[in-house]
Amino acid sequence: MDLILFIIFAMFAVASALGLILQTHPINSALSLIGVMGSLAVLYLLLGAEFIAAAQLVVYAGAIMVLFLFVIMLLNAGEERNPWKAPAVAYIGGPVVIFLIGAFVYLINFTLPPMRSVSFGDFTGGGPREIGMAIFTKYLLPFEVTSVLILIAIVGAMVLARKEID
Amino acid sequence: MPNSPVPLTYYLTLSAILFMIGAAGFIIRRNIITVFMSIELMLNAVNLTFVTFSYQFRQVDGHIYSFFVMVVAAAEAAVGLAIILTVFKNRSTLTIDDVSSMKN
Repeated sequence: MDLILFIIFAMFAVASALGLILQTHPINSALSLIGVMGSLAVLYLLLGAEFIAAAQLVVYAGAIMVLFLFVIMLLNAGEERNPWKAPAVAYIGGPVVIFLIGAFVYLINFTLPPMRSVSFGDFTGGGPREIGMAIFTKYLLPFEVTSVLILIAIVGAMVLARKEID
Repeated sequence: MPNSPVPLTYYLTLSAILFMIGAAGFIIRRNIITVFMSIELMLNAVNLTFVTFSYQFRQVDGHIYSFFVMVVAAAEAAVGLAIILTVFKNRSTLTIDDVSSMKN
């Protein structure tokens, strides 16, 4: 059952990722990206990362993608003009990408030490209680620095969106 | 095959494939918003790797890193989309080939 679920959602994720880079309209690309994020949330659940799965859906598929869709609709972004303009990219890039994927698969499957197998419910250390304990004890300083980062990002976004820059 | 476990290398392989698709999209696409979405795809692939290794070592630390990556991605999306808005306001284009004033 675990393997079946993994294969279904992994194939859905890869198909959506291919849709993201092959479709020419930004709205279609954004919807494909939401598909990738949703299927990754299911895979996080299979790995026992309940909090991360929920945060993936709320933060990524909810907040960030709504921001993207909002900007796409605000700018009225249409079809991409001649997306395959550079033929060198089309002819060399494809084999390079396939070669790099093959190299990664080789490295992962033949050079790593033996790893565990995932069965659902085996690892239960990813709930909100454990995440909260780790964040507010061991990772307290990075957590606080994160809030400063978000403050800077808010101010920066306001300044950028308000002012005319040449 | 009831309850057949999934090897962790499958998760790492999926993560590598997603990362390479994101990198390819970053290079071949011309629309600035789609390029930005390819970056988000790469960040997601790396998050999957963090959570996978967290499972391997039975530690919660990978989840925390993944959470921080999400927060940084949210901040990055806010600033990046503001930059895209400004570029569009000043140049009325979304094609990255037309935004090349730092080239000369």
